[in-house]
Amino acid sequence: MIHVIAFYLFAVMTVASGAITILSRNPVHSVLWLILAFFNAAGLMVLVGAEFIAMLLVIVYVGAVAVLFLFVVMMLDIDFAELRAGFVRYFPFGALVAIVLLAEMVLGIGAYKAGAIVLGTPDGTAATPAGTSNIQAIGTLLYSRYLFLFEAAGVILLVAMIGAIVLTHRQRSDTRGQNISKQNQRRPQDATFNVKPEIGQGVQI
Amino acid sequence: MTSFFQSLGMTYEAAWLLATICGVLLIALPLMLSVAMIIYADRKIWAAMALRRGPNVVGPFGLLQSFADGLKVFLQETIIPSASNKGIFLIAPVVTFTVALMAWAVIPFNGGAVLANINVGLLYVLAISSLGVYGTIMAGWASNSKYPFFAAMRASAQMISYEVSIGFILICVVLWAGTFNLNDIVLAQKGHVFGIFNGFVFNPLLFPMWVMFLISGMAETGRAPFDLTEAESELVAGYQTEYSSMAFAAYWLGEYANVLLMCALNATLFWGGWLPPLDIPILYLVPGFIWFVLKVLFFFFVFSWVKATVPRYRYDQLMRLGWKVFLPVSLSFVVIVSGYLMATGHFA
Repeated sequence: MIHVIAFYLFAVMTVASGAITILSRNPVHSVLWLILAFFNAAGLMVLVGAEFIAMLLVIVYVGAVAVLFLFVVMMLDIDFAELRAGFVRYFPFGALVAIVLLAEMVLGIGAYKAGAIVLGTPDGTAATPAGTSNIQAIGTLLYSRYLFLFEAAGVILLVAMIGAIVLTHRQRSDTRGQNISKQNQRRPQDATFNVKPEIGQGVQI
Repeated sequence: MTSFFQSLGMTYEAAWLLATICGVLLIALPLMLSVAMIIYADRKIWAAMALRRGPNVVGPFGLLQSFADGLKVFLQETIIPSASNKGIFLIAPVVTFTVALMAWAVIPFNGGAVLANINVGLLYVLAISSLGVYGTIMAGWASNSKYPFFAAMRASAQMISYEVSIGFILICVVLWAGTFNLNDIVLAQKGHVFGIFNGFVFNPLLFPMWVMFLISGMAETGRAPFDLTEAESELVAGYQTEYSSMAFAAYWLGEYANVLLMCALNATLFWGGWLPPLDIPILYLVPGFIWFVLKVLFFFFVFSWVKATVPRYRYDQLMRLGWKVFLPVSLSFVVIVSGYLMATGHFA
C-alpha cells in the first residue's frame, strides 16, 4: 500500500516536474524543476531497491551537475524576446531530436513488452547475488568483471578534466597573485614595534 | 517501534506510518529545542571568551533568551522585496531548514536507535548536505539584490570545494569500517586502537583525517573563520540580507541544526558515536545516548571556541586551503589508507 502510494507520488512528481522544466519560461525555474525531477527519480530508484544508485543520482546530479547548471543560468542576462526569436530557426533540429527520442522510447517499450531479459553470467550463476547490499554487489562487479571498462572510463574522465583545464587556463600577466608562503612567514615584529617614549619626547621612526 | 504499534492490533502499514511519525517527532522536537539552547550556549561561550556576560536578562542566567528572540522574530512583519522572485524567495529558507533536519534521520543516537538504519547512511548524509547549497543559491538569486547574490556565489563555491575533500575523508573512514551504515561504522570503532580506545581518531592514519574533517565541517557550515558568506563588512548580511521575520529565523535555525549535524558526524565517524571513549565495561553503564550527546556538545564547544578566537579567512585563502591543501592531502590519504589496509590484509 505504502509502496504504491510512494511510487505514484514519485512517478507523478517526476513526470510533472519534467514537463514543467520544459514549459516554464524562466530558465532558473526550469533548472529548479529539473532538480526536483532528479530528486524524485532518486526516490523511484530507492523504491526498486537500488539505493546506491539513488544516492549517487542525488550526489552527482543534484549536488554537482545541477549546481553548475544553476550557476550558469543565473549569470545569464535573460532576454525572453531573443529566446523566442530563434524558435523557428531551431525548430527542425528540435523536431529531429524529439523524433529520435520518440523512436528510442517506442523501441524500449516494445522490447520491454516482448518479455524480460534473463540476466545471467556465462557460467550460469545468478546475476543478482541475494543477501549482499547494493554497494557490495556493484563494487564486486565493477572491480572484477568490468575492471578494465571501469578504469578506462576513469582515465577518459581524467583526460577530459585535464583537457578542459588546459583549454580554459590562460596565463594572465595583469593580475597580482598572493604569495602565501611570504604572508605566512611574516611576523608581528616585522611590522610593529613597542616604544615607551618619555613624556614630551616623541618617537623617532 | 513498528512492532510495538503492531502489538496494539494495527495493520503493518498503519503501525509503520505511526512509528515513523513518532520517530520523526522524537528527533525533530528535541533537536529544535537543543538548537534554541545551543544558540544561547554559543552566545554565552563567545561572551565568556570576550570577558563579557552574554545574554543574562531573560529568565534565569538568560536561559530563555533564544525563546524571547524567537517570539520577537515571530511577531515581526515579513517583508518580501517587490523586485524579488516571490516563490523562490519564500521556498529558499524552507529548503535550508528542511535539509538541515533531513540528515538527522540516519544519525545513530544509541545502539540501533536510529530512524532510518539504511545501508547507504553515509552517502545519504553526503547527498543531503549537497542539497544544502540550494537554499543559499536560491535565496541569493531570488532576492534580486547584489549582496545576497555575491554571498550566494561565494557560499556555493565554498560548499562545493569543501564537499570534495569531505568526500575523500569519508572514503578513508568507510574503507576502514567496511560499511556505509553509520551504526556499523560506530560498531567498527569499538576497541579500534590497542583494543581499548573506541574511535578512529586514535588511529595515527586517521587522526589527520579527523582534523581536516573538523576544519572542512566549519567551512561547509559557513561557521567562523569561514563565514565569508556573511562577512558583514563586505556583504551586509550575506544571502539573508533581504530576509526578515520567520524566513530569517528559518535560516538561523537551519544553520545551527547544520552545525549540530557536523558535530554529530564528528562524534559518529571519528570519536565512536554512542560508544564510551574507552572500551572498559564500567563505562558502558552510562547509556550510549549520554556519551553521544556529550561528544556532540564538546564539538559544539570547539566550534564556538574557534569562532571566538580565530579571525575570518580571506576568500583566496579559503579556496587555497580547500583545493591546494585539503584535496591533495585527503586524496593521498585515500591511497595511503587503502594501501595500508591491503598490505595488512584488512580486506581478506
